[in-house]
Amino acid sequence: MAISISHLTKRFGQTDVLRGIDLGVEKGELVALLGPSGSGKTTLLKIIAGLEWPDSGRLVVDEADWLQLAAQDRRIGFVFQHYALFPHMSVRDNLAFGLTVRPRSARPAKAVIAAKVEELLHFLQISHLGDRYPAQLSGGQRQRVALGRALAIEPSILLLDEPFGALDAAIRRDLRRWLRGVHEATGSTTIFVTHDQEEAFELADRVVVMGEGQIAQIGDADAIHDHPATPFVARFMGATVELPVTMQSGRARADGLDLTVLPRRALPDGPAQVFARPEDIIPQPDPAGPWRIISRTSNGANLRLVLRHPDLGEAELDTPRRAVAADCMIADASMRLRIAFGTIFPGDRRNPAPASEPENIPQLEKTP
Amino acid sequence: MSMTALDHHPALSRPHARRGDRILIGLAVGLTLLFIVAPMAFIFARAFSQGWQVYAANILHPVTLHAMWLTTITAIIVVPINVAFGIAAAWAVAKHRFPGRGILVTIIEIPFSISPIIAGVCYLFLYGRQGLLGPWLQANDMQVIFALPGIVLVTMFVTAPFVAREVLPLMQAQGSEQEQAAVTLGASGWQVFRRVTLPNIKWALLYGAVLCTARAVGEFGGVAVVSGNIRGQTNTLPLHVELLFNDLNAVGAFAAASTLTLIAIIALVLKAVLEGRKAG
Repeated sequence: MAISISHLTKRFGQTDVLRGIDLGVEKGELVALLGPSGSGKTTLLKIIAGLEWPDSGRLVVDEADWLQLAAQDRRIGFVFQHYALFPHMSVRDNLAFGLTVRPRSARPAKAVIAAKVEELLHFLQISHLGDRYPAQLSGGQRQRVALGRALAIEPSILLLDEPFGALDAAIRRDLRRWLRGVHEATGSTTIFVTHDQEEAFELADRVVVMGEGQIAQIGDADAIHDHPATPFVARFMGATVELPVTMQSGRARADGLDLTVLPRRALPDGPAQVFARPEDIIPQPDPAGPWRIISRTSNGANLRLVLRHPDLGEAELDTPRRAVAADCMIADASMRLRIAFGTIFPGDRRNPAPASEPENIPQLEKTP
Repeated sequence: MSMTALDHHPALSRPHARRGDRILIGLAVGLTLLFIVAPMAFIFARAFSQGWQVYAANILHPVTLHAMWLTTITAIIVVPINVAFGIAAAWAVAKHRFPGRGILVTIIEIPFSISPIIAGVCYLFLYGRQGLLGPWLQANDMQVIFALPGIVLVTMFVTAPFVAREVLPLMQAQGSEQEQAAVTLGASGWQVFRRVTLPNIKWALLYGAVLCTARAVGEFGGVAVVSGNIRGQTNTLPLHVELLFNDLNAVGAFAAASTLTLIAIIALVLKAVLEGRKAG
């Protein structure tokens, strides 16, 4: 089913959780909502499910106004991060739950339900676990059961909230591939929430990056990585080096920086910022260069250099050790920096935070 | 030997620790025997001191039987109401966010911190002949004080927190994701409660109900104020024990007390069993 969301807002007390969301999802699409915690992605998912209600806006699914529809009547499949299996029911009874709670007139016969459950167990590759209880299953098995329970009602839309968040890395990768297969087999419109970029890009047709209750950017991995729409997206996608530059007739300039490869931007003259990845900055020895190396570490393949400029501040960069004149990359050496790839955002430094701020470090670690 | 010596000689510390353990265990067992088991044994000893027949005659005395009946009927009315109240209150507090939630939790616990006799006096001032609602009740020919409704009301007040107190922490720990999952699977409100919420809390619920029953049966202070102690009419079992005692009918008093003790012991065993189930 096609989902159309417009101007959705939601407040919890004093906090604006959603600040005007507009999003369309095509029938059969697999979409990821990607963002840090507190970006409103789970709230958006729960509104689609009918577990939360927006303060304003519209949610239309195949021309039907879903805000007039209770969660029970939406026929969606919702999968929770912590599975939310019913602990007092066997796997079979968990899978059958959605069918057995139907009103008598719409409820399939017992034998039909049993056959459906058997089919699901086989499809989930957990045929041998039908009589176990959730407490006797591993995390990955529980998540399969949770997904199977949601699929049992043949949902029009499948919603998953951090479905692999509680699992370890190897099982995550397995289940991710498996979920992609499930999506292709069922063809249902699927939206899942994650804070893991790798997961979002590997699994989804389209990734919706959310920050502070708004959609920051929609696209695929390459587009979002190479052309972040906002400083927030640039930082969320990985480590950034942020340097102040001056715009002059569409070109960025700064002392000691070679910015000639960057395309012209239709920005007014004045202060701006260039955001580059640490690996997209090439150090070039230059006795007259204003950058000084203040720290150098090597992991064999790469050199990590921290350089300081008297006016621009510090820049931390990663560069292949063999590709540069590594012998010259010693403490106190003078350098120029060539920016091989980067994005220019308008505004001065006071607006975007400096690159060396600790908030970037966890994201660096997250990217494997 | 001093504590520092224990710290420095681990080899020596074990026998000493064992001796310390033994003293503490002995103290606990001794005090339990002295303060709890001995009085209970004494109740039965005195109740049977003049033989089975006197005991049976006292138990089967119409006034005693009436007191038992009154206590039973009170418990039968109070416990289901408080079970329903406890579930409703815990459900409201644990699964929903609304203004005044914290205050509600505090209000639920008030009966724990108020002496029952004060509850009795409050009800007297509210429903008594000179009370706030007294004239209206009289005009409509309803008697609350010195009658069964008063006894039931006070007992309900005193035992109100037991079920809620047991169920609430469990519901809070479980959160509402299972309920949300059930709703998205198409379950109605009643189905969610019957098939998801209730099975999750059933042992805690039974445990709370047992505690509630034990307390309802044993309630004395609050009921004493509102019942009026009318022999054979508004005399509950605990009040009857006191009455017999004041009549210098020691065997009768202890016989009646023995039935209360028996109920308490049964409740205790049930509680222990349920506690195991609740934890497992």
